Amino acid sequence: MPTIQFQLNGTAITVDTDPDHTLLDTLRGRLGVTSAHFGCGAGDCGACHVMVGDRAMASCDMPMWSVADKEVVTVEGLGTAERPHPLQRAFIAEQAMQCGYCASGILISAAALLRRNASPTEAEVRTALDRNLCRCGSHNRMVRAVLRAASDMATR
Amino acid sequence: MTSPSSQLPVSLAANPRLSSWVRFTDEGRVAISPGKVEIGQGIVTALAQIAADELDVDISRVQMIRASTASSPNEGVTSGSLSVQQSGRALRHVCAEVRQRFLAAASERLGVDSSRLDIDDGTISGPGNVRTSYWELAGDVSLDHDATEGAIAKSAAMRAVAGHSVSRVDIPDKVFGRPRFIHDSLLPGLLHGRVLRPDAPGAKLMALDEGAARAVPGLVAIVRDGGFAGVVADSEAAADAALKALRKGAAWSAGGPLPDEDDLAGFLRSQPIETTVIDSRTATSKKTAARTLRRQYTRPYIAHASIAPSCAMAQWEGDRVHVWTHSQGIYLLRADLAIVLKLPAENIVVEHMEGAGCYGHNAADDVALDAVLLAKGAGGRPVRVQWSRHDEMSHAPFGAAMAIEIAADLDPDNNIVGWRHDIWSNGHAARPGRAAQPALLAASEIENPSPRMLSTNPPTANGGGGDRNSVPVYDLPAWTITSHRLLTMPVRTSALRTLGAQGNVFAIESLLDEIAALRGEDPIAFRLRHLRDERAREVVRVAARRAQWKPSKRPGVGHGVGFARYKNTGAYCAAIAEIEGTDDIRVRRLTLAVDVGEAINPDGVINQIEGGAIQATSWVLKERVRFDRTGITSTSWSDYPILTFSEAPVVDVEIIHRPDIAPVGAGEAAHGPVTAAIANAVYDGLGVRVRDLPITRDRIIAAMELAS
Repeated sequence: MPTIQFQLNGTAITVDTDPDHTLLDTLRGRLGVTSAHFGCGAGDCGACHVMVGDRAMASCDMPMWSVADKEVVTVEGLGTAERPHPLQRAFIAEQAMQCGYCASGILISAAALLRRNASPTEAEVRTALDRNLCRCGSHNRMVRAVLRAASDMATR
Repeated sequence: MTSPSSQLPVSLAANPRLSSWVRFTDEGRVAISPGKVEIGQGIVTALAQIAADELDVDISRVQMIRASTASSPNEGVTSGSLSVQQSGRALRHVCAEVRQRFLAAASERLGVDSSRLDIDDGTISGPGNVRTSYWELAGDVSLDHDATEGAIAKSAAMRAVAGHSVSRVDIPDKVFGRPRFIHDSLLPGLLHGRVLRPDAPGAKLMALDEGAARAVPGLVAIVRDGGFAGVVADSEAAADAALKALRKGAAWSAGGPLPDEDDLAGFLRSQPIETTVIDSRTATSKKTAARTLRRQYTRPYIAHASIAPSCAMAQWEGDRVHVWTHSQGIYLLRADLAIVLKLPAENIVVEHMEGAGCYGHNAADDVALDAVLLAKGAGGRPVRVQWSRHDEMSHAPFGAAMAIEIAADLDPDNNIVGWRHDIWSNGHAARPGRAAQPALLAASEIENPSPRMLSTNPPTANGGGGDRNSVPVYDLPAWTITSHRLLTMPVRTSALRTLGAQGNVFAIESLLDEIAALRGEDPIAFRLRHLRDERAREVVRVAARRAQWKPSKRPGVGHGVGFARYKNTGAYCAAIAEIEGTDDIRVRRLTLAVDVGEAINPDGVINQIEGGAIQATSWVLKERVRFDRTGITSTSWSDYPILTFSEAPVVDVEIIHRPDIAPVGAGEAAHGPVTAAIANAVYDGLGVRVRDLPITRDRIIAAMELAS
């Protein structure tokens, strides 16, 4: 099997894989990185979003060949309980979820947005999250959390 | 005389042993073991608050144990907004009694009267600096006793944790990506399974060529049992590939036939039915009806549409099987598994793990049986089965479609003098564990299959099903409420959040709004004039005040109100909707007032109400299970769109705090009122009544054409 190299959460990774296998399957099945969730397998729901460069992308239909030499970030790479990303702090502060299955994909979409635009408007946050579905109705809490994180990052 | 247990909270009467709920463990922790499960509603946190309060321990010491049939109290199903009411009251009582028992033991050990002892974070101390703790005494105090009636919980004023917005205990795991969902659990030696299901629900597997699937690398087994077939493989990718190959070798009988999606009312009103009169009230004084206003309302089939496809794991050891599930009812699932497997229930352990929000009876239980059947081919290794999005959207049960007709008799001044409310719908519940036959999907596919269970309705005393919230809480002089449950079920239905309440509240509140408009009376004033219950009146008044009712008229903007008390016994909720648009409408703002009695975790209550309001908005504006005569066609998110971030309205919630009134759940309170408020706002803004959900552009245009 061909070897594919990429950066995952700051660490160089080399995997032997069918280049058509999906990144999501590789993360969850091969690498034990489970924050990116399977939701639909068609890139429709955002539960599997990972950050590639400064873009949030669906990993469920992303073939491994397209990841070669790219920088991939999952929620595990955003921050930890000891050193949380401002978004993680803000999601806790706003209690911004119910079930939370969609939350890691939404954190990634928000992190990608904040990389591109450090002080988004509420409308820009909503647009950036439109490719993520939330079924519990926690939308407004999540939007508030993203705005809070942006404001925290600006004042630090 | 009432029996002693009748005074205990219902869950405690059924599971009286104190040690099944509470244990003091090493390292200064207290293990709390409820029978209710976390489904994203924050119940685990609310229950931890109650326990921390009654025991006087810091909430960080409270360790919430996931429910398992191996050890947990049997609290039936986590549904119906009953968890705070049932589990919360039981735990409050249990913890109060445990506290008393420890105080008595401490009194003996310390030689101090228990009335002079205090408990602070689990340390029990008294005058002269004498002290001990729950953990020091744990060896002396047996909790292997049944609860008694004597325990008195703290008064509302003495509670320090309940009533406060404590942070949810599960959220840190979820923001740091730590495995918490069943989907993320990586058991050693885990295999992956997939089940072959037809495109058309109800189609039967006629023939299967396994050749291509057998050649897939990583395949471990193909499991067949009658018309049930599935694959087990060493990775998810291999399982997907094997299933794809297997599908090519499958021949199916025809599915369906399904009803005409464009004439749901015609279908629902022409089927064989079982008719039940739910309630009737006879007028004391006979007022004559000048005319009768007869209106029909419909609601489509609605998908639970969890963001996570249903998932389960199972592992056999001899004739014993361990099941990991996100089912809402572990004991009920176990009962059905026992029927299907022809095993004693003791041979089956069903353990809960968190899944995504389910909003009722989705495929959680079905996939558990799938995992159990596929694990038979795994040689003792655990098998994880996850449904596809397609199967989740087509084979899981849906919330039942409803046709509701209300005939209101009006006197010459348009006062209501009579009211007849008829509901045609499939039953709203076909959960496992409650009948002699299993409700699980694969049970209808295996060799010697069980017939597919026909949905029924819970008794009216338990809130009813299709008839939920059909009896008006308004003071009308006379009414007859009748439920017609279908005895055919071409589209599989079971419990969806609120059961029939969303449809019934939509119908009642729409017609009341129409009558108020006929009278030229303000809809809030009209409702208040017909409400006697002071708590009901208060939520309506508070919502109105908060929304500055009634905002001045602006072109293209409409305002509407809706009110209900969930199940007529639960939470009170009033909603005011502001919509804009001329045909393609959007909901801009929802203002809600809610009264759940004591709010154990106020932010948790607000979260539930906000979530319910947004989900209801999604149902009202967008959602409808699509099908043709042979199968379900809305099998992806593009065919079954739900509300997006850009479409979500502002939601503003006010809680009416009543700490001295026993708490009830908040999870289903908002759906009915929000549905009605949006429909009434559409009338206010656009001048048309849309009586068929969802309220789409097409429906609005059709209503306008009908009106002109």
